[in-house]
Parts: sequence; structure tokens; C-alpha cells
Amino acid sequence: MAVISYRKAINQALEQEMARDESVILMGIDVGGGTGGSGDVGSVGGVMGVTKGLYPKFGPDRVIDTPISESAIIGAAAGAAVTGMRPVAELMFVDFIGVCLDQIYNQAAKFRYMFGGKARTPLVIRTMGGAGMRAGAQHSQNLHPILTMIPGLKVVMPSNPYDAKGLLIKAIRDDDPVVFLESKALYDMKGEVPEEAYEIPFGEANILRDGRDATIVAFGAMVPRAMQAADRLAKDGVKVTVLDPRTTSPLDEEAILDSLDETGRLIVVDESPPRCSLAADVAALAVSQAFDALKAPVGMVTCPHTPVPFAPNLEDAYIPSVERIVEAVKNTL
Amino acid sequence: MAARKTTKNPNVSAEEMLGYYRDMLLIRRFEEKAGQLYGMGLIGGFCHLYIGQEAVVVGLEAAAEEGDKRITSYRDHGHMLACGMDAGGVMAELTGREGGYSKGKGGSMHMFSKEKHFYGGHGIVAAQVPLGAGLAFADRYKDNGRVTFTYFGDGAANQGQVYESFNMAALWKLPVIFVIENNQYAMGTAQKRSTSTEEIHKRGEAFGIPGELVDGMNVLAVKEAGEKAVAHCRAGNGPYILEVKTYRYRGHSMSDPAKYRTREEVQKMREERDPIEQVRAMLLTGKHATEDQLKEIDKEIKEIVNASAEFAKESPEPDVSELWTDIYAEAPAA
Repeated sequence: MAVISYRKAINQALEQEMARDESVILMGIDVGGGTGGSGDVGSVGGVMGVTKGLYPKFGPDRVIDTPISESAIIGAAAGAAVTGMRPVAELMFVDFIGVCLDQIYNQAAKFRYMFGGKARTPLVIRTMGGAGMRAGAQHSQNLHPILTMIPGLKVVMPSNPYDAKGLLIKAIRDDDPVVFLESKALYDMKGEVPEEAYEIPFGEANILRDGRDATIVAFGAMVPRAMQAADRLAKDGVKVTVLDPRTTSPLDEEAILDSLDETGRLIVVDESPPRCSLAADVAALAVSQAFDALKAPVGMVTCPHTPVPFAPNLEDAYIPSVERIVEAVKNTL
Repeated sequence: MAARKTTKNPNVSAEEMLGYYRDMLLIRRFEEKAGQLYGMGLIGGFCHLYIGQEAVVVGLEAAAEEGDKRITSYRDHGHMLACGMDAGGVMAELTGREGGYSKGKGGSMHMFSKEKHFYGGHGIVAAQVPLGAGLAFADRYKDNGRVTFTYFGDGAANQGQVYESFNMAALWKLPVIFVIENNQYAMGTAQKRSTSTEEIHKRGEAFGIPGELVDGMNVLAVKEAGEKAVAHCRAGNGPYILEVKTYRYRGHSMSDPAKYRTREEVQKMREERDPIEQVRAMLLTGKHATEDQLKEIDKEIKEIVNASAEFAKESPEPDVSELWTDIYAEAPAA
């Protein structure tokens, strides 16, 4: 099986779905880029190069460079989706959601319900989040908690190349609006990815490691860190389960509760400030549904309740570290 | 009001005129009935009536062809009736009943009909404008020759996403008609107190979008302007702006007593400019219809509206299980 990057896996999913279905289009800022010549080799292909090569292949009608107008981009994509197209709109950084959130939570997410089931909105919003790039307070957030609390929206946080491809293909084929939250920190991560198209269902957690001493639930870029923590703990004889829900909405509550039944200890690792976070959400799930199974207080490893700082040492201290995960697990033992 | 376009020699048949009369009257009577039901407590929440503005949507529907799309704001009952949606289904949505277009889950502001190419009723001021551009984008992508009527008000014309959409629609030559229904009040604030320049139709100039001012109390003038706009869009020339100057007789919503303007102002408009009375007068003075014919139409409309109200009262409330349906494509977990 080919070993490719997370970036390439996403690119491959887009390419295969666009080739399969003409109703799939890309729109966003610099998704093609350049001067617009057909087959423009100098095209940008997204600020992180994720859509590179798609403009020359599919042309300006299907890889659509937009003005820097996020409300109009997401709104137009939602409008096109309601007619049956399957637009993949790119929101360059999830931090920019502030200027178009209305189109996401008041419009796209609500159409099916408020129109009594008559409308469907097969829209994908590809965006990226997460700290670690020294990008400062307005280009480093994750914001998945804000999106996860919106009924009608699905939220995906792929943590590796294999999942990125399968989850994006599923997102494009899905009949609901999906926010596909890529992790900046993972674009260069390599992994085995089948060449053919495949779907990974939403709401099905991936158990990356099985251990009976504790359950670590981690999201997105925190999953590889949880795995590193698991390796260190194993050296001390502590065997942990590492569970990646893959989607925060829907959330595979059953898998988390089943694991908790076996281990009795829960640590949630979430790259976001703690209040109203996924960490708080999963902790509440455990306490309300599996209190009897808990042998120790739930550990929450999150960012502090601060904006993302710029200085490298401060930013490194902001992101949940492997050390903090290890410590949080030990605190439950 | 500013200078108006008039239609001296309308190229319309008596039959068409009668149709406009009927369609406008249906909206008028439907809205009056909705107001009554609201007063009786049968309709809750917000209810934005279209009374006074009927010529706008009826004139533009007369310029539309099968397959053209429309999308509007929360003042949407008139648009739905004018594009042929069922009065009973609309009224039952107002009363929050199972037989409503959205099964009672949308309410007055939120209905949708793919069959009639009506893409909603939207409650956030101007949010339907990028959506309307998106509908037109899909038509352009499919190259199907359809146009989209994207309606919004003079109040919404001051929202930023309107101009993001203007730029995008002009850039991509989207077949969209931006219809600014200027009823001269942004909720309770007069246009001159909320809008820096009076001529909203000129706001497309910066984007290269042609625009014109239309007498929105005259259904024939609206139709004529609509036909011009439709021809422009269908020919692949990109968007067009129609600022249709109109007037709403009622408050912004049923909860607004409209004390920000004088009774005389409203009365004057009703007496001198009423869109339905204008057509009625044209029909009678031109001897295109008799009093008896018009009475027959009045009676027919009254029956439709009464039947819609009966249906809206008798249709059952949605089952409580409906709370959990239509959230996602997948059925809810048991």
C-alpha cells in the first residue's frame, strides 16, 4: 500500500470524488490561484498546497477561486448545495468562521429541520485548525466545540492520512452539511492509504490501542500525542486504550462508554480551552452515564483558557503535551 | 417619492390583468386572515404581513418562467402564494400544524418547496442574498437558462454580505436578479434615517451591475422591469438589480403597532397608490372586466382563504416525535 501524507490523502479524496461526480466542485480563496490560465502550472492550490494539481486537471469551472468574502463563499456554496450540487467550500483557517458563521449555523445546518425535511444541504466546508505554526491568536484556534454544539451540522477531525481520505469521501457523499476540520500540524504526517476510494462512516470511533488500565480519548492532532503518551506509559507497565472518535458530531458515545466499562479510568485530550470543550463534553458523558464504572476522577488535558500565544515557548506550553497526558493518566491510577 | 416609470401601453391581455388582480387579492385576503388568526392567538411568534407590497411579487412572477427560482426573507407569504404554493399549506405552517409546508417545524418565516422552486423563507436579514447567488451559481454551472429572483429589503441592503454577493455575482456573471423591495422602513426606521443615499438601485454601479428604480405599486411596471431583468440574465449578461419602491401598510411584524409614521401617511398611500385598486380601476375603466366578474373573483378568493384557515385550524399539531426528526439524513437513534 502506498505511503502518502495527510495533505496528499485529502488531495486524492478530492480528485477521486471530482472525477466520479460532476456535481462536486471546489470553491475558496486560492484553491486554484494564479492568473487563471487553463492548466496554469503556477497555480497556488490552497495556502497549504492541499488542492494543488486540481485546477489544471478540472479547470476553472470546477476549481473556483473566490473573492475573499467568506459569507458569500459559504452562502453561495450552501445555496448551490440545496439545488443538489455537492460543493466543497474551503474556509482557509477555521478562525475565519466568525465572518461566516451565520451561513453555517443559521442557514446550512437548519435547512433540513426548519423546512420540515424538504431540503437537504450536501455541503462540505474544508477548513484547518490548531496551534503550533507560530501563527498567533487569529490563525491557530481549533473552534470545534463551537461547531459541535450546532444541531444539523456534522464535524469531522481526521487524525491520520488513512482517516483523512476515507472521512472526506464520506463527507462529500453525505447529504448533510459537514465541517471537515483538518489539522495544520498533521499535513506532513505519512501513512498507508489505499489508492482506491473508500468511505469511513461517521460516528464510529477508531481504537488505535487496547489497554485495560485507562482510556485516553483524543481528537485530531491530539491523537498522535496520545499514542506517544501510551508508548511512554507502556514502558512503566501501564497499558492504556487510545480512542479516536474521528467525528465530534456525531460522537461515538457507545465506544467511549464500552471502553470505560473495561478500564474505569478516563482521560480526555482536547486541543481547545477547557470551558465547553469536547473534554468537558466527554467528561460529562462519563459522569452522567457511567459513574459506577469510574474508579477515579476524569482527567481533562486541554489548553488553558487563553488566546493562542505567539512566542514559541508560550505556544508550546499552550498545546497539551505528551508529558501532560502521561501525568494525567498517572493521576488516575 | 422619486420619479417613477409608468407603463402607458401595457402589452397585456385582459385575461392576464385579471390574473394579476386575482393573485394580488389572494395575498391581500390571505394576509388579512393571517392577521385575524394572529389576533385570536392561533398564530404565535412573529408574523410579517405583505399587505401593500403585493404588486412586487405578482409583477415579477409574471416575468418568470417555469423552473426559475426564488428566495426571500421572512416576509414570505406573498412570495409563496404568488409562485403557486398551496394557501392551506402556508396557513397551516403559520399555525404550527402537521399539514403545514414544514410540518409545523418552520413557522411563518421558514417554508420551502422544491416543486415550486421556492428556496425559503429566511429569518436572518440579508442571509438569503449569498444563498440566492448560490442558486444562480448552480444554474450557471448546469447551463440550464434559469434565473433566480433574490428578494431582500431596503433594510437588508445595508448588510455587508449583500456586497460580497454583488461582487461574486458580477464576477461570475450569475443569472440572478437582486430584487430590493424598498418598503421605506427598515423595521421601524425610515429609509432616510438608515441609508446614506436614497437610490439603492445604484449600489450595483461599483460592481458593474445595472440597476433601476421601479414603481412597486404598479404591477405592470414591475412586470415590465422584471421582463427586462430576466432577459438580461438569461442572455448571460450577469446580475441585475431592481429597486422596487413599495409600501407596507402594516407594521414590520404583527407585534409592531407602527407608531413611527403617521396614520395620514399610510392612509394616503392606501387611497392613492394601492396596487390592487389600481388594477381594479384599469380593468373597469378599460372595460376589460365587469363589476360582477370581479365580485366573482372576490368570492372565489374568500373561499380559498377561508378554506386555508379551516385547514390550518383543523390540521393536527405535529406529533411530539417530530421534535427529533429531520435533523440529519439518517433517522434518529431509537
